[in-house]
Parts: sequence; structure tokens; C-alpha cells
Amino acid sequence: MIETLKKYIRPDVFPTPFCPGCGHGILMQALLRAIDELKLDIDKMVFLSGIGCAAWIPSPHFAADTMHTTHGRPITFATGIKLVNPKLKVVVISGDGDLSAIGGNHLIHAARRNIEMTVICANNSIYGMTGGQVAPTTPTGAKSATTPQGNPERDFDLCKLVKGAGADYVARGTVYHMRELIKYLKTALQHKGFSFVDVISPCYTQFGRRNQNTCGGSASSAIMNLKTAVSKTPQDGEILTGEF
Amino acid sequence: MAKKSFDIQINTAWCKGCEVCVAICPKKVLEMSDKPAPSGYFTAVVKRQADCIGCMECELHCPDLAIEVKSKKEEVKSDAKGG
Ligand code: SF4
Ligand code: SF4
Ligand code: SF4
Repeated sequence: MIETLKKYIRPDVFPTPFCPGCGHGILMQALLRAIDELKLDIDKMVFLSGIGCAAWIPSPHFAADTMHTTHGRPITFATGIKLVNPKLKVVVISGDGDLSAIGGNHLIHAARRNIEMTVICANNSIYGMTGGQVAPTTPTGAKSATTPQGNPERDFDLCKLVKGAGADYVARGTVYHMRELIKYLKTALQHKGFSFVDVISPCYTQFGRRNQNTCGGSASSAIMNLKTAVSKTPQDGEILTGEF
Repeated sequence: MAKKSFDIQINTAWCKGCEVCVAICPKKVLEMSDKPAPSGYFTAVVKRQADCIGCMECELHCPDLAIEVKSKKEEVKSDAKGG
């Protein structure tokens, strides 16, 4: 166990429920490190999630107040908490399906209203827990349980969507580029107003094994492949990372 | 100046054998075990500790917080047990 992060977790619930090599565990570590580097008091924070694999990142692992809400609705609960107790630092961390499809309206309106909270999207391009169905974040051409011939549709660029809705801190990182990701999370956590971080977090079980052309043949290769999959000025198929 | 040395601890109760640490280590310090741990997983093992440069990449990328890199000096001071 990592000594410096021990005080933020509930060791008795480990190991995580995630599949081996799931990006969400790495994102969990990035968020804990951002909290630790900022010396935030985790007792004055609330972590909310919806339904899906990513919703297990804060609850039950974090030794803090966590709320595992209904599908797509963590931002609505977060809004209520922030209104009742504005002193609390409110963090939503959930999956791409939860935040951008089922809860898509809540996401854009929280950004538009500039409600002070940090929303972290654990983006694995698919519905993981429910069986690998296509999501609004599945890239064109990518295979899923419901698009075995490849996704014929376009995917959402969540950073553009949230930026367009009015958020003034928006960033995208990956679980491979940890130092950069921790920096983005720290900036988001300190931001006054609505902040959003889209985190590319591979799911080998549901996405990677169906898309070995981009993810390779294992969970670890899906993470290692991110090294060259990103760019600040992306060409075909590359992922744009940075602060927007 | 003496070469810095590091102690790498793998918590075999938490490690799920995902191989991310093995793939990311620039010095090939880690390998996968050929025997399963009591958890049933084939976990990562430290093979060439002397080659470790303390870059922390393995620790930073472990999805299960199962690996920790300590500099040897720190290790002497602390009474923490592995895992
Ligand atoms: S199904 Fe995918 S997202 Fe869910 S725990 Fe497994 S690897 Fe992670
Ligand atoms: S990254 Fe962590 S869980 Fe994966 S093999 Fe290494 S120590 Fe085990
Ligand atoms: S600290 Fe760096 S060199 Fe040492 S085992 Fe980990 S990844 Fe390898």
C-alpha cells in the first residue's frame, strides 16, 4: 500500500472491484494524489457518482463522504449538496455513459449555471458494467456489443460540449500521462466555479478486447498504447489532450 | 556519492496481476510470477531491484495501489511493514 495515500482510503475494502488493469483504478490514484498534493481536508469534501464501473471509484474506496446515486444523476445530488452547504468541496466522478448520455442534460446545465463543483469523467468509450454497449463516446468505427460491425455514428467530444455549455475550466488527460493528469485535477479542484476533466481510462474487458487494433492484446497494452495515441494537435484518430 | 537504492514492495493481497507495472518499468525491474499468490492471481514480482532508478512509474500506474517504491534510507527510518 502507498503510505502517503493511506489516510484517504478504506484499506479493508481493497482490492478494488475493477477488472485487472482497469484504467479507473489508475484514475482513482491520480485523484487521491491531487488531493494529497493540494493538502485538501478530505473530511470537507463530498464525492458523488452515478451507476457504472466508474461510479465505484470514490465509493467505497475513499475515507470520506461519498454518495452512490441513481444512474446519470450525481450532478443533481451534487447541486443540492452545494446549495445546502456551500463550504463543502463537491466532486462528481462517474463514467461517460452516466455523465454524457443518461445524465447529459444535467452536465450541460450545471456547466451553464456555473455551479461550483468538479466533474471528472472516467471515459472508457463504452458502457462497461452493463455489457459493452455503444455509448455516445464510442469512436466512429469502434466495435461494441451493440455495434459488432463498428459504430456508424459520430462520438461526442465531451470537452467541446462542456466548454460550449459555459464551463471555464475544461481539460482532458489520460491515465497513462499521470503527472499531467494530476496537474489538471489539481487545477480543477481549485477552480472557482464549474470545472470538468475528461479522463481517457481504458476498459479492456468491454472495449479493448473488441478493438485490439487500437488497444493491443491486453489490459496493460491498452494503457501503454495511450502513450502515442494523444496529441496537442491531433491527426486522424488521435486524442486531443490539454487544458481548453 | 553512493548510488541511490530503492525498495519495491508489492502487496500480493491487492495485486491483480494486470502487468501494467511490468510494461511501464523502463528498467525491466519487475516480472510476473509463475506461481499464483493466495489470492489466485499471478502477481508481479521484483526481479532486479538493484536496477531500479526510483522513477515511480510502476507505483503511479498501479490500478490497485498495490506497489510502493521507497528509497532505502526512508525504509530504515520507518517501521512500516510491506503491504
Ligand atoms: S468492465 Fe471495463 S470499466 Fe468495468 S471494471 Fe472491467 S475494465 Fe474497468
Ligand atoms: S500494476 Fe499493480 S496490480 Fe498490476 S501487476 Fe503491477 S502491482 Fe499488480
Ligand atoms: S520505480 Fe521505476 S525503475 Fe523502479 S521498478 Fe518502478 S518503474 Fe521500474
